[in-house]
Amino acid sequence: MSALTFTLKQRLDQRVDMSPLVCQKLVDLELAEIAALTLQNGKRKIRVDELFGITGSDTQNIVIKNSFGKLDFIGKELDGGRITVEGDAGAYLGLGMKSGEIQVSGDVGLYAACEMKKGLLKINGNAGDFLGAALPGNKMGMKGGTILVRGNVGERAGDHMRRGNILVEGNVGDYCGSRMTAGTIAVMGQTGRYLGFAMRRGTLLLWNQPQASARFNDCGAHTLAFLPILFASFSKLDSKFSDSSAAFNRVQRYAGDMSEMGRGEVLVKIG
Amino acid sequence: MIINGVAIDATFAEAFPMKATRAIITAQNEKWAMISAQAMTGFATSVIACGCEAGIERVLDPSETPDGRPGVSIMIFAMGGKGLAKQLETRAGQCVLTSPTSALFAGIDGGTRIALGKNLRYFGDGFQVAKLIDGKRYWRIPVMDGEFLTEATTGQVDAIGGGNFLVLAESQPQALAACEAAIEEMRKIPNVIMPFPGGVVRSGSKVGSKYAALGASTNDAFCPTLKGMTKTDLSPEIESVMEIVIDGLTKEDIAKVMRVGIQAVCDLGSKNGIKRISAGNYGGKLGPFHFHLQEIMA
Repeated sequence: MSALTFTLKQRLDQRVDMSPLVCQKLVDLELAEIAALTLQNGKRKIRVDELFGITGSDTQNIVIKNSFGKLDFIGKELDGGRITVEGDAGAYLGLGMKSGEIQVSGDVGLYAACEMKKGLLKINGNAGDFLGAALPGNKMGMKGGTILVRGNVGERAGDHMRRGNILVEGNVGDYCGSRMTAGTIAVMGQTGRYLGFAMRRGTLLLWNQPQASARFNDCGAHTLAFLPILFASFSKLDSKFSDSSAAFNRVQRYAGDMSEMGRGEVLVKIG
Repeated sequence: MIINGVAIDATFAEAFPMKATRAIITAQNEKWAMISAQAMTGFATSVIACGCEAGIERVLDPSETPDGRPGVSIMIFAMGGKGLAKQLETRAGQCVLTSPTSALFAGIDGGTRIALGKNLRYFGDGFQVAKLIDGKRYWRIPVMDGEFLTEATTGQVDAIGGGNFLVLAESQPQALAACEAAIEEMRKIPNVIMPFPGGVVRSGSKVGSKYAALGASTNDAFCPTLKGMTKTDLSPEIESVMEIVIDGLTKEDIAKVMRVGIQAVCDLGSKNGIKRISAGNYGGKLGPFHFHLQEIMA
């Protein structure tokens, strides 16, 4: 059974809500029924087959070809199955994702994996602001699962994050891990200003020294036993994180944000 | 049945159901992992008075442990799940948490989950950190030598306790040498422990006692000094009897290790003073699992 493939025919001016095209919603539908579904496009609705050429039949393996940055809500609340995006994705990619896997070959917009609960999201390009964060006004961001970004990430990555892993091979913008409640964000590149702003608990694992902050207290250099286990859990990812040479267990530990409850930590690789 | 001049009695070892768990202790080196493991499995020879039976299963290579350090696998057996959980937690808290450089991990992934470090985290006084990695919850508890890392839970499974065999010899040194040889081979088998000191028990018991308060008492039929004054099971040339008791996860595990142990004893043979192999048979009063010696050695 070949993957259910949606090939974009035209790049519309208005944004498109792709949330109806997730594996669990298409499971019992015929191809004609899928073609007749409607997607919100700006203030009008558009049939799926008006926007996409449709081939294949495996609803648990969806491919979106020629994707671009105005296709929003791809994989919203995905609950099993796999979505592969060839090209860029818009905002709210994998919003509230419950399980399964999403892979994007290009860049993604704002709020990717926002309030994600479980599963795996791989982004080969860059990600926008509020990666794995909470929706505006909400108190709880990502609650589980793993996000891997091969490129750079915008501001406020992991804002209000509760659990799970955000792994970034590139750089992150300002306010990374802001208001974090728990979970792990690992950054191989550079970090911006206000790292861990108002974080309560959780771990920011860094390869490079961040800008000094009065809100974090130096707890000294340590060899931490959980790090080899954490790195071993990344071994199945096709990433720099899965390379055994990337692993380390010797870190400088900074506790903070001391203006908050201060149970969070920034761990910076030594050597 | 006679093997190398050693008579194998037509009897069976009588074993009973238990609950078991396994934990993995790692440390900076094997020496300290072993020290912690020995402490955790100390005073745990018999459920009669220790609350559990525990032992070291085997030494683990760094490649086999979750954190890539040298480790030791230990197993604990108890008569019920609640007792097992209590023993595990108490021992982990007093013997592993306290042991320098140690870390503690689950040794059984399935089964009923029981607390390993789940409640030890409160020792962290609010500074403890939880990490959920690959679906497993770990606790990082700050301690004076750094951090004590422990998995929150381990698995509890149904198991069997009380597998055994008796070595009947012409002298005490010969009985002990035979048991030592057996234990050396038996320790190579996974999923089992021999909980008594050095794996060997010289005070085998029978069910019941003339004293109402006691549930078990000396196995007088196998006490060589009582040959002339009780209904003995010993022939005149037997001067010493020692027992090896085995707890294991399955009937197959116990049968396998009994065979290995009895074979090691028989390899020494009658020329080394080993005359008979028998077993603790309590006429069905003790438990439902019967390990027939001659079937095992067939």
